[in-house]
Amino acid sequence: MTKKPIVYPYIPNSAPAVKEAMLKAVNANSVEDFYADIPDSIRFKGRLNLPEPFLSETALVRHVEGLLSKNQSTRETLSFLGAGCSQHYVPAVCDEVNSRGEFLTAYAGEPYEDHGRFQALFEYESMMGELLNMDVVNVPVYDGFQSTSTALRMAGRITGRTVALLPATVMPDKLSKIRDYLKPDMQVELVAFDEATGLLDLNALKQQINAETAAVFIENPSYLGFLETQAEEIGKIAHASGALFVVGVDPISLGVINPPVEYGGDIVCGDIQPLGIHMHYGGGHAGFIASKDDERIVMEYPSRLFGVATTSVEGEYGFGDVAYERTSFAVREEGKEWVGTAAALWGITAGVYLALMGPQGMEDLGRGIMQRLRYAVRKLNQVSGVKTRFSVTPHFKEFVVDFNQTGKTVAQVNQALLEKGIFGGKDLSAEFPSLGQCALYCVTEVHTQADLDTLAKAIAEATK
Amino acid sequence: MKHETKKLGAPKAVAPKPALRRFHQARWDEPIIFELSVAGQRGVLPPEPEAAVVEAAGDVFDNLPESLKRKSAPALPEMSQLHVLRHYARLSQENLGVDLNVDVGQGTCTMKYSPKVNDQLARSHKLTDLHPLQPLSTVQGILEVMYKLEGMLKEISGMDHVTLQPGAGSAAIYANVAMIRAYHEARGEGGQRTEVITTSFSHPSNGAAAKVAGYKIITLPPDADGYPDFEALKAAVSERTAALLITNPEDTGIFNPRIEEFVNLVHSVGGLCSYDQANANGILGITRARDAGFDVCHFNLHKTFSTPHACGGPAAGACGVTKEVAPFLPTPTVEFDGEKYYLDFNRPQSVGKIRPWYGVAPNLLRAYAWIMSLGADGLREVAEIAALNNNYLMHNVLKIRGVSAPYAKGKRRVEQVRYSWEQLTNDTGVHSEEIGFRVADFGSHYWLSHHPFVVPEPMTLEPTESYSREDLDEYARILNHIAEEAYTNPEILHTAPHNSTIHKIDQESFDDPDAWAVTWRAYQRKLKK
Repeated sequence: MTKKPIVYPYIPNSAPAVKEAMLKAVNANSVEDFYADIPDSIRFKGRLNLPEPFLSETALVRHVEGLLSKNQSTRETLSFLGAGCSQHYVPAVCDEVNSRGEFLTAYAGEPYEDHGRFQALFEYESMMGELLNMDVVNVPVYDGFQSTSTALRMAGRITGRTVALLPATVMPDKLSKIRDYLKPDMQVELVAFDEATGLLDLNALKQQINAETAAVFIENPSYLGFLETQAEEIGKIAHASGALFVVGVDPISLGVINPPVEYGGDIVCGDIQPLGIHMHYGGGHAGFIASKDDERIVMEYPSRLFGVATTSVEGEYGFGDVAYERTSFAVREEGKEWVGTAAALWGITAGVYLALMGPQGMEDLGRGIMQRLRYAVRKLNQVSGVKTRFSVTPHFKEFVVDFNQTGKTVAQVNQALLEKGIFGGKDLSAEFPSLGQCALYCVTEVHTQADLDTLAKAIAEATK
Repeated sequence: MKHETKKLGAPKAVAPKPALRRFHQARWDEPIIFELSVAGQRGVLPPEPEAAVVEAAGDVFDNLPESLKRKSAPALPEMSQLHVLRHYARLSQENLGVDLNVDVGQGTCTMKYSPKVNDQLARSHKLTDLHPLQPLSTVQGILEVMYKLEGMLKEISGMDHVTLQPGAGSAAIYANVAMIRAYHEARGEGGQRTEVITTSFSHPSNGAAAKVAGYKIITLPPDADGYPDFEALKAAVSERTAALLITNPEDTGIFNPRIEEFVNLVHSVGGLCSYDQANANGILGITRARDAGFDVCHFNLHKTFSTPHACGGPAAGACGVTKEVAPFLPTPTVEFDGEKYYLDFNRPQSVGKIRPWYGVAPNLLRAYAWIMSLGADGLREVAEIAALNNNYLMHNVLKIRGVSAPYAKGKRRVEQVRYSWEQLTNDTGVHSEEIGFRVADFGSHYWLSHHPFVVPEPMTLEPTESYSREDLDEYARILNHIAEEAYTNPEILHTAPHNSTIHKIDQESFDDPDAWAVTWRAYQRKLKK
């Protein structure tokens, strides 16, 4: 008995009769005719050694859900992990909109048949523009690492200079990406930070800055959670040397924290994951770059910039690519860096988030996070031997907890917390050896007073 | 009052559908979202901290310098939840995805069905709400998915190792170039190898990403048959060659039968060969990167492996490498010690990070589930039907007046064809772009192809395995109808689209710094000037 051919639900023309008729229509004996140009020497002769498939949907679901069940999500635990990927509440409407097949399954459509995509992304740019008080925002790039790297390269091209100065508090992973990405054309130099406050060492900055400095970069808030209170002065130092002031921000802080343009920022960058996008095990990132509407800066963006225009009908908006000739789509390697598929749907999602939150929501959320953080800091400082670092400096949502005086390592503390169903903060001992046994904790609006009390109690027990 | 009914005796027959769809796209005439704002409306309410938290915290702004205090709230729209949802639901209806249209007109992009079951699986909180720094014991499921997906892609490519870290195809190209650069540097040849060779019909990001990595780019033109010019390659290779970045089949759909000679020639001068497998859909299980001697390759999981294109991402890229290049893979790698899965960060020669964390996990899960639903035979069926669909569509398209398939006359193509409307343009003055606008009037999408237009008046069609014979016939009917219009009534094309959401866009402002507006605030400001 011959094996019945499988008709695959995803492959309509796998039905044998259809296949036969189509082959006949094109005068082909078999599908082999289409591969006649592939030399025998490179033909794969065997059958791929892959697991046997789950042909039915129900079997597939059972298999994949079985794998997923081995994960324990932050919804089932109490997590204080952050470090650039943070647990915020994702409103249901965000998931509803980005699940719609019209958006989810479209691609790089044109302004006519995919008008909706263009408008939604223009609105994303526009709402980010309000949050940042800036007139130009790009269609998202892959992530905040990429947007920072590109912002620094833009500064290099604009100034014709080759050095970027970064605070030594930048996340080492991010620094790795930045160094790699800038390597052929720019050097990265780190500027020391003050061990007591975390803030940038301004004397060091003044010594390092010179006529080769393309950009002075800071993060607000920093990777270690504190706000760089000297930002305005740093911007002035950068500008006095003819460098651009590039600032990384957590956009969710901007309901209460001043956007960088107000203290001298020329190019602003960051990651929009906090704005209505699930963490996805680190797969929920998208990067933004923003600037003033200065032609000199705009022409250095590699990304797509969707602009609004009139149409032949009164009262109708149309959209299209602004200054397309800068892009690699238009002129290949003669364009600025490259542009390609990146993270557009997360941009649409962040737009939905900002529209839902509105001005009041962003302000309430920001203030509430800072209140929870202060409460957590106060509670943890009451635990014997535990203290929070850089406490004289204001913070937004992350902070460093110092376990050096407890005689316990962060690894030991986190193991004890895990046994109580708590994900403790990120161990910083490898990234910042000078801090010793410190951990980076993240507090957001998802945490209740009871959660923070539970944490303090668990840490007290773990460090006893 | 008694209602009089007319006796018909039988239902009135509905006439058969016309050959062309009487399509009209949704036209909600939706304002810009700021115009929908009503002062005081709320879309969601953030949770308020408890009174004890508020009290203990005190004035949280008391130690902020003035320069860091926001002075006025961001001028975001103020809307109720339903009104936000409705606005975006309407915008979504003004968009055509694979779910709605015969999306064969976006050649090179492998528009295929993204199975809904995989979307559902990817929406599990067991994936969406995982933090990348969770203890490994709590993420064994997703690590297993990643490890096994890597294994399957190794088998499909023939390569020794795979990384899933890059965020999309161009990022994967960049990762490959970064690894190639590190490979040469490790051998003390970093300073010497300064050139990367690519081809006219490879994706523009090959040249562009390699240039970012510091290389001089040499682009091989097509020869008379459309293949990358081997003589030009001979002239280009030298001890300065770092790598060849090449696609096969190229965006013409023509498989380069001399690919081994290309690879061998580059190897003979010490360069590496990188295979851009954006066009892998027609050759799954037919020929593999390793079989042709490549050192590195990459797949776009949002193309060949079905993850949704999402209006332009999030996507996912996967790079495959030989063991010689493996030490340079991005950090970390996903490993298995026989009992548990873990992440290896101890990789001294690694290029480091290409993106945060480990990859676009929801799409890695979708790609894994897609392969697991098809298996070896299913993947082969994908390739064969993609090739069959393409040759079937080509057969029908070439009957249309004014269109041709340049190069390799009479030969089959693999999974796509770059056509030319040059004849039609010469005859009628109608351009490919206008044909695209008119295609939208019949409910389908059409993309102009990548620049530069080496093929004049291009059109690239890639009918993947997802489309039925009737879908392909419909698309050919649309093109045929439009070509006839070009010859008989070109004005209808010059003024297209007619049934779309919007009408002809005034393009001039997009290149004028005084008029362009990338945000609503910029538009308002420039209007007032």
